[in-house]
Amino acid sequence: MFKFKKLATLATAAALCFAFASCGPAQSTSGGLIKVGIINNDPNESGYRTANDKDMKETFTKENGFDASFAYSLKNDEQINHAQKFIQDEVDYLLLSAADTAGWDSVLKDAKDAGVKVILFDRTIDADESLYEASIVSDMDKEGQTAVDWLKGQNLSKYEVIHLQGVMGSAAQKGRSGALDAAVSELGWTMVAQQTAEWNAEKAQQIVQSVIDSGKSFNVIYAENDDMAKGAVAALDKANISHGVGKDVVVMGFDCNKWALEELLKQNWNYDGQCNPFQASYIKDIIDKLEKGESIGQKVVVMDEKGFDAATITQEDVDKYGI
Amino acid sequence: MSERYIKEKGAAGFFKNLFRHQIFIPIAALLLLAIFNLIVDPSFFKITLGYSSDGFPVLSGNLMTIIDYGSELAILAIGMTLVTAASGGQDISVGAAIAISGSVVLRVLCGTDSRPEVLQAPIIVAFLVSCVVAMLFGAFNGTLVAYFKIQPMVATLILFTAGRSIAAWINNNELPIVSDKTFTYFGGFIPGVPIPTPFFIALICMAVIALALKFTNLGLYVQSVGINEKSSRLNGLNPQMIKFITYVILGLCVAVAAFIKVSRLSSINYSVIAKDIEMDAILAVALGGNALSGGKFNMTASILGAYVIQFLTTTLYKMEVQSAALSAYKAIVVIVLVVLSAPVVREKLSSLWKKITGGKTAKTQA
Repeated sequence: MFKFKKLATLATAAALCFAFASCGPAQSTSGGLIKVGIINNDPNESGYRTANDKDMKETFTKENGFDASFAYSLKNDEQINHAQKFIQDEVDYLLLSAADTAGWDSVLKDAKDAGVKVILFDRTIDADESLYEASIVSDMDKEGQTAVDWLKGQNLSKYEVIHLQGVMGSAAQKGRSGALDAAVSELGWTMVAQQTAEWNAEKAQQIVQSVIDSGKSFNVIYAENDDMAKGAVAALDKANISHGVGKDVVVMGFDCNKWALEELLKQNWNYDGQCNPFQASYIKDIIDKLEKGESIGQKVVVMDEKGFDAATITQEDVDKYGI
Repeated sequence: MSERYIKEKGAAGFFKNLFRHQIFIPIAALLLLAIFNLIVDPSFFKITLGYSSDGFPVLSGNLMTIIDYGSELAILAIGMTLVTAASGGQDISVGAAIAISGSVVLRVLCGTDSRPEVLQAPIIVAFLVSCVVAMLFGAFNGTLVAYFKIQPMVATLILFTAGRSIAAWINNNELPIVSDKTFTYFGGFIPGVPIPTPFFIALICMAVIALALKFTNLGLYVQSVGINEKSSRLNGLNPQMIKFITYVILGLCVAVAAFIKVSRLSSINYSVIAKDIEMDAILAVALGGNALSGGKFNMTASILGAYVIQFLTTTLYKMEVQSAALSAYKAIVVIVLVVLSAPVVREKLSSLWKKITGGKTAKTQA
């Protein structure tokens, strides 16, 4: 028993020594490499996330002068644990795509005290702006607006819209629904059906099927992601309703999956709105500036996002922007 | 037995018996939904004959949608009923297992290329491989439950958590798309047959399980293990083996359901395919009036329960209930149905009926 106590004391002493040692002047670079800790959502979550993760891994490499570690979770508390670990590991930069908007204040304060610079990407959080250097996001409202503007520009003789929504309350759903809702009330378009298919192709298929079964006429399908557009098209095919460029029904999707852009190329769909997953180059620019001691200007950086029209899309676009 | 009862007690006895009968609840729910739709909009039941984009005749209408999309759930309900009866718990990993099984089908069909021009293997081979894989995962769950005596919900939580990642990993996180037309027949229509194929697949599954329950001791053994494990062991059964087998059977049901699901879209989305379907499958069992704590079961009632759920979903879509409120409406209907199917409530109902009719007969006699 006595021996054990002695051992324990020794261990504590050793731990304390290490703790003090690490309190010395923070060495920002290890062997010239910039240490970054990247916290992201699970890459299996969606095609968007897979492309996003791949982009990060390709940018933050040893060749580009980075020593990157990755941590994935769809749960906020696990992400916070990862963040604390990265802070203890003394990373120079913490890149964060938060699962949830709340709960980040204290860990980001810790980061600030430890001299770790935080850059948010893809998702914003509810915390004071002073706690992070920059935030690189998609503007979902703008995505919706771009799509609705395109739809207005089609000058259809009538607008009878089936609106397939994503999971209610998500940022993408709110932004993409908002623009359409505004247009419907302002321009007197008809909303034939407005339902959430929860990003799910099968549910979208059922919803469109039920509209067809009830015999209502419609000529636009506004799906808030590609999967739901695909489900809708499956229902149209079953009922022998033509869709695409110059056909009976206009099909619109979002996210620019490669297979979806290929549908555009085949003119089976009409429009696909981009949700840019390639934030890594923006982040790298910011880190370069910070390393040189330059100021970065605006804190919130909104990325460029395109909308593709089936009439003008090229194979190059598919290869470049398809995720 | 019930016929004799009717003869003896007359109409009152018949109704009393009806309330007690397990299958009463799903049938009553179906009737309620049907009557509701009849009042609101009789065109709900309209079935039209149209032509698909390939020029073949197809029937369409809400009823067709119900038997079409309810099929996967009905197939799952078969397996879930057996698992529930034998182990007194539910498998919550069926959605994730469908993702795995569907992923296997596409992997075999597409080979290493995610978008092949021609199929890399016959469809039947892909289906059989996926059956084996799904049964292996079923066996994994079954082993944990039967031999390691872990609570079913905890044991299947493992696959519930890991399943979709495994599914993505099987296809290297790529998105395979099958371009072959014949693959779409299983989730759509066989050319020339105007009724959706999933319904036929469900019918085959029902026929198989009906034969198995009639000509083997499966039903008897499963129920006796569910009612009392100890005494069934003393009577020479092997409770562990029987529990294990029910999970493997559920695995097979999962493979069939997954096959239909991937065929519908000729593709897969690992994170949302068959999402929350385990809850609907468990609900189907509950709506069928089966005790979720195991023991006696009624397979027909479970299968009807599955179609009730699809009927409800289709009705809600038809009514264009606001997106945000959809699940709330569903919840209300489900609460009513589940409360009605509770034994306590049913006892009360039948005694109430007895009072009304009993009073009447007393008067006429006087």
